[in-house]
Amino acid sequence: MSLDAHVVARVGGFVLDVRLAAADGETVAVLGPNGSGKTTLLRALAGLVPLDSGRVVVGDVVVDDTATGVHLPPERRSVGVVFQDYLLFPHLSVLENVAFGLRSRGVHRREARRRAQAWLERVGLADRGGERPARLSGGQQQRVALARALVTEPSLLLLDEPLAALDVATRAELRRDVRTHLASFSGTRLLVTHELLDAVALADRLVVLEAGRVAQAGSVAEVCGEPRSRYVAELVGVSLFQGTGAGHHVDLDGGGVVVTAEPVSGDVYVAIAPQAVSLHRQPPEGSPRNVWHGRVRGTDLLGDRVRVHVDGPVPLVAEVTAAAAAELALQETAEVWASVKATEIATYPR
Amino acid sequence: MTRRGRGVPLVAVPFAVVAVAFFVLPLVGLVQRAPWSDAWHDLTTPAARDALRLSLVCSLWSTALSIVFGVPLAYVLARTRFPGRALVRALVVLPLVAPPVVGGVALLYAFSVHNGLVGGWLHDVFGLQLTFSTTGAVLAETFVAMPFLVVTVESGLRSMDVRYEDAAASLGARPWTVFRRVTLPLVAPSLVAGATLAWARALGEFGATLTFAGNIQGRTQTMPLAVYLFLDTEPGTAIMLSLVLLAVSVVVLAALRDRWFGGIRES
Repeated sequence: MSLDAHVVARVGGFVLDVRLAAADGETVAVLGPNGSGKTTLLRALAGLVPLDSGRVVVGDVVVDDTATGVHLPPERRSVGVVFQDYLLFPHLSVLENVAFGLRSRGVHRREARRRAQAWLERVGLADRGGERPARLSGGQQQRVALARALVTEPSLLLLDEPLAALDVATRAELRRDVRTHLASFSGTRLLVTHELLDAVALADRLVVLEAGRVAQAGSVAEVCGEPRSRYVAELVGVSLFQGTGAGHHVDLDGGGVVVTAEPVSGDVYVAIAPQAVSLHRQPPEGSPRNVWHGRVRGTDLLGDRVRVHVDGPVPLVAEVTAAAAAELALQETAEVWASVKATEIATYPR
Repeated sequence: MTRRGRGVPLVAVPFAVVAVAFFVLPLVGLVQRAPWSDAWHDLTTPAARDALRLSLVCSLWSTALSIVFGVPLAYVLARTRFPGRALVRALVVLPLVAPPVVGGVALLYAFSVHNGLVGGWLHDVFGLQLTFSTTGAVLAETFVAMPFLVVTVESGLRSMDVRYEDAAASLGARPWTVFRRVTLPLVAPSLVAGATLAWARALGEFGATLTFAGNIQGRTQTMPLAVYLFLDTEPGTAIMLSLVLLAVSVVVLAALRDRWFGGIRES
């Protein structure tokens, strides 16, 4: 394991308590809403925030251990950081920015510049070394920040919201870009983000952080397929419930009953994909086993699809075509019946 | 003339005009009395040349001392929390508002060889006599000038994004390297402004220097002291030296115009 961490840190009244491990060559995304403690975790791993208790091992070096009083300052850790808005030194040239880490570690000026130049070539900015960072585009600045963090060959690379500072148009392109550059780095990669898309595109594994704790961890498929928190469910876009299964139905904790195709028992999560929900203005006739009455709370347009939020005993999100939404006249407070086939209901143990 | 906001009550205008006249008239008075034909002669009398040289030397030394001791102090005030920090800052800022002559008296009772707190010790151990010496003049100027530098640099350090220092540390820079290669360059504009203000203040220092260092030609008689002394006996020299000081002020004002008046214009 190239990173093995148990981080407990108090910042103000907020407590972060996270266990995390990652192997060499692995990219882990820490996903969480604002205020979940993502950035504090990253700063703690970098040595910029002291631990209240816990132990952090990077490579085979113990960089933090409150039990034995070990706390290596940031400059003595083999940890590279790409900060959210990159924090390229505005008074230094692009080349000097990349060479900074080597110069700080005592590498001779000429050698440091030579290696920095090699990195600029790798990220496709060989001819921009003499310029000030402010003259580069956001995407170019990010590549400089990446080169600056990687030039010292750290064991662990931390990226704070690597794509958040970029506009939507350049994002898709840079996601691929960043993925390529991350792949060429042999150490452990840890990125924090609140964008599911970035996490899915860049990471092998997800760790979901909520209110300072790990809410869920696993492969991208596991976390997205079986969300275990409202936050992840909302990111993935499914309606999530908790309930108790008995035979072919689940009694939801919030009231209401869901009929399932397979027998269920014990405490379970129930996930309903918005595409599985049909909406009707009249009580539907025929086969669906799950029908709930409710009112439209609001709608979001997603391309030619419309997400409809339905309030009722079982609050749901439905996705219908724009044409269907118009035909059903789904304005706010409209009375609707939502139906879901039993075979479309996903359940998994809590 | 453009008006901003909701306009100015008419009654304010005559008061404002009087106020402007109050500032302009003395300048006009000074300039119209200047003996332009004898200017060179007046500025090159031995006493005037001594005063010019001494003022330059003392004010530059004082600026250097303000930087050497003031920057670390500003750094400590901006970046650390310790009990009594507010009190320390108040003491540092005090010379900005206290009458300089009081500063001079206070310096006297700290550094005078006969009745100063540490003056006797300094004299016995290091053979230093600060009162009535050029060193004393430098000290008096530093006493009133350093607060300008400390206050300006501290505010620069406070408004700087400290995450640049985090970034530098994460790249392997030790604290001194961070300070030298990141912090200092990023607050350089504040440092230049603070040093310029401190130098201008040192150059104009009168009360503390006179009280603590005395008025000895070639040793402690800086330009302001010379102006005061010569006003009766050689008014030409006094006026010309005054104009030199005034010209320096104008240059300083122009140099710092963006920093001070740019801020006012935006707010």
